[in-house]
Amino acid sequence: MTQSQPKKAALGPAALGAIALAVAAVLPLIPVGVKGIMPGPFSTAGTLQLLAVCLVFGALALTYDLVFGRAGLLSFGHALFFATGVYACNIAIVHAGLPFVPAVLVTLVVGAAVAALVGALSLRVKGIAFAMVTLAFAQAASVLVLLNPGHYTGGEEGLGLDATAIPRAFVGVVNTRNLYWLALALLVLVYAIVRWTARSEPGRAAEALRENEQRATVLGIASFPVRLLLFTVAGTLATLCGIVYLLAIGSSTHQVTDSHFSLTVLVMVVLGGLGSRWGVVVGGVLYHFLDDRLSALATTAFVQDLPAVLRAPLSQPLFLLGVIFIVVVLFLPGGIAGAFGHRTHQAAAIEGLLGRFRRAPKPG
Amino acid sequence: MSTVILLAVTGLALGALYFLIAAGISLAFGLMHVLNFAHGAFLTIGAYAGYLVASGGGDVGTGRFVLMLAAGTLAGALAAVVTELLLIRPLYGNTHAQLLVTVGLSLALVALIEELAGSDARGYHSPGWANATTEIAGSAIRGSRFLAIGVAVLVLAALVVFLRRTRYGLIIRAGVENRSMVTALGIDVRRAFTLVFALGGAAAGLGGVIAGSYFGQVEPRVGTGLFIYALIVIVIGGLGSLTGTAVAAVLVGLLQQFLNYYAAGVGDLSVLALLALVLLARPAGLFRSTAS
Amino acid sequence: MSSPLLEVTDLHVRIGGSHILQGVGFTVAKGGVTALLGRNGVGKTTTIKAVMGLVRSTGTITLDGAAIGGARTFAIVRRGVGYVPEDREVFAGLTVGENLRLARLDGADRWDLVFDLFPELKKRLGQQAGTLSGGQQQMVSLARVLLNDHRLLLVDEPTKGLAPKVVGEVADALARAAEIATLVLVEQDLKVVRRLAGDAVVLDHGQVVHTGDAAALLADEELTRRLLGVGMSEGAA
Repeated sequence: MTQSQPKKAALGPAALGAIALAVAAVLPLIPVGVKGIMPGPFSTAGTLQLLAVCLVFGALALTYDLVFGRAGLLSFGHALFFATGVYACNIAIVHAGLPFVPAVLVTLVVGAAVAALVGALSLRVKGIAFAMVTLAFAQAASVLVLLNPGHYTGGEEGLGLDATAIPRAFVGVVNTRNLYWLALALLVLVYAIVRWTARSEPGRAAEALRENEQRATVLGIASFPVRLLLFTVAGTLATLCGIVYLLAIGSSTHQVTDSHFSLTVLVMVVLGGLGSRWGVVVGGVLYHFLDDRLSALATTAFVQDLPAVLRAPLSQPLFLLGVIFIVVVLFLPGGIAGAFGHRTHQAAAIEGLLGRFRRAPKPG
Repeated sequence: MSTVILLAVTGLALGALYFLIAAGISLAFGLMHVLNFAHGAFLTIGAYAGYLVASGGGDVGTGRFVLMLAAGTLAGALAAVVTELLLIRPLYGNTHAQLLVTVGLSLALVALIEELAGSDARGYHSPGWANATTEIAGSAIRGSRFLAIGVAVLVLAALVVFLRRTRYGLIIRAGVENRSMVTALGIDVRRAFTLVFALGGAAAGLGGVIAGSYFGQVEPRVGTGLFIYALIVIVIGGLGSLTGTAVAAVLVGLLQQFLNYYAAGVGDLSVLALLALVLLARPAGLFRSTAS
Repeated sequence: MSSPLLEVTDLHVRIGGSHILQGVGFTVAKGGVTALLGRNGVGKTTTIKAVMGLVRSTGTITLDGAAIGGARTFAIVRRGVGYVPEDREVFAGLTVGENLRLARLDGADRWDLVFDLFPELKKRLGQQAGTLSGGQQQMVSLARVLLNDHRLLLVDEPTKGLAPKVVGEVADALARAAEIATLVLVEQDLKVVRRLAGDAVVLDHGQVVHTGDAAALLADEELTRRLLGVGMSEGAA
């Protein structure tokens, strides 16, 4: 299990975090790369765009951890709020003609409203039924986008971002490093808000509910408003992640509304280590990085020399990621953070969900 | 009038597909609280197994089609049993990890099928009568619609007989209600669960071939697409209730088909609206499960 | 002395951070009825569930000298342990007949005994168990274990919430059951205990605080009051 005490590092976690942040911040200025792993030197636009998206997914994973890791709510619909950011912001700019900043604000309000609505409906059921229902509601985005009402979403083709409407600093290949820094700032902001929320009164109440709902209810914690609040905060932050993703990619495409994408957010968090903030950031970053680079890795001599039976599946990133995920769930339930001896909530969350289905034996 | 009949039969056939995939999910959930995310992929596997049998060469006659149905059923059952033994069983008692592991399996299986069969849709072979149309009150209805409805009704009947008349059926009905008490009577519920899982996989695999002839094509994500609507069906019907699943499948299929007639996608959205309504009015589903 | 039928040693159970059983140990000799007594919440039901493998426990549990601790519940039952749970736990959605057929394990056939004890059930085989009265449900629950050839029966509060007349019928059935199997009986009704039990094991705060002759315990008004919180006179309603 992952209960072992974290090893005493020479540096405290805060110092390690500061160093990681500093390294990440100066990365765009480094004109060298890692051969075979990075698409090019760190300072090139291609690498920076990849890393920017990685950071956005790190932030997205953090927001999801608030729902799943802290509140113990197994939501399969978190990508819906991300997709809301990706689409609503673009639609506000392209179709409603709003300037960038008002468009962002409107999008955040829309994201919060969607999250509150979906949360209020879904929280009427518990446990695995909650997972089913949230997945179903996330499907609404997929249907809407492909339905393309009034040609607002662009359907299959997607909706390109109007470059003239967004701040100059984020337009063009030369400014990719600004996008990267924006994504890094997003990650830091989301980290701060998630940390603050988790330590706030409602955050601790949600955690108490996850640990033992019955006991928490007896102590006077009302489960519905507490959970809805965390769900909505996390959903709104995911919308913010979606907006930055939109800037980084430059268009809205229906893949972010796909049910597969909903599942991948879950994969990122479990891969990183549920309940460990740095773990899930690593999970999100690593997931997208692997997704992007595995196809490149498939062309290496090692994979090429394998017999066709092995080579074929290895050239599908999702196959590999799915298998890695299965292995992690089976053999490394604490994820990456757990492997490094960091105490995660994975085990506790599992017990928490179990408790809802098994009738707790009464002493007597 | 003819449009109404056409939509009704097509909607019923779609409901039949939903039932074939939802029945297994619902029973497995009712008995062990296992939600199998790879269940949609089992349907896809069944569909491709049928496709392989069909592509043996020549026209597909009724005899070949029966073979396709058998192959799909068998492939679905096999995939389910392997999944149960290798992935679900080691995580017994940990419903959360069981769910996660099937999420990974679902992603991996779809990717594997895309790699092996290509991500594009392929035309599905059906016997002539499945593609031929029958005139009913002025509307021309394809044979595959009746096939889907007929097969689903047969599967429902077989499941009801199995649950009512066999010892395993008795164990499953009792287990859905109170699993730990069944074990406390000296019965190994896990064995019954493996059987439930296999039966669910068989129904899904059979549904794969039916889906192939219904849509006239097969693609790697056919099962995962249907899976989401199957989940909606299960929640609306009431978790663990076979009757509820059957009724909700028909309801969802009809609603979707009728409203999609006016604009593609409207039916899909209205199904979600129905789900929201059910959650507001009866969160336990239309047919309360005896398990809750 | 022959070896005991059931021997429990140093049994610990922890549930959700609470240490419910803290080293429970007792033996149950072959034949007769052993009463498991104590106030509410001292761990009686948990002890029974631990023996059945329904809650995770540490310590050793042996049945006729063979270890059964850690075995799966169904396997423990197959080795001859019958369980009548607190609150009966009949399958409400199944008929009486289905409840009984479900419980009947291979080869067992004690329909005559069961219908002799509970003629009421024979008339109601087609009725949904959920629509039965509490007393009738208790009969179903007892009949489920009596159908089989169990060596040991663990019976948890069989008279709880029943009308006085029904309590008598249940006690009669338990007396008959004690003729064919060894019983461990959790029971609040001290009249029933006095009538049936030979030995008594008293729990308090997750530990055994007294073992000995049941009649002797109940005869000692002072001791009974101290251990069980009630006297013989007020303990039986």
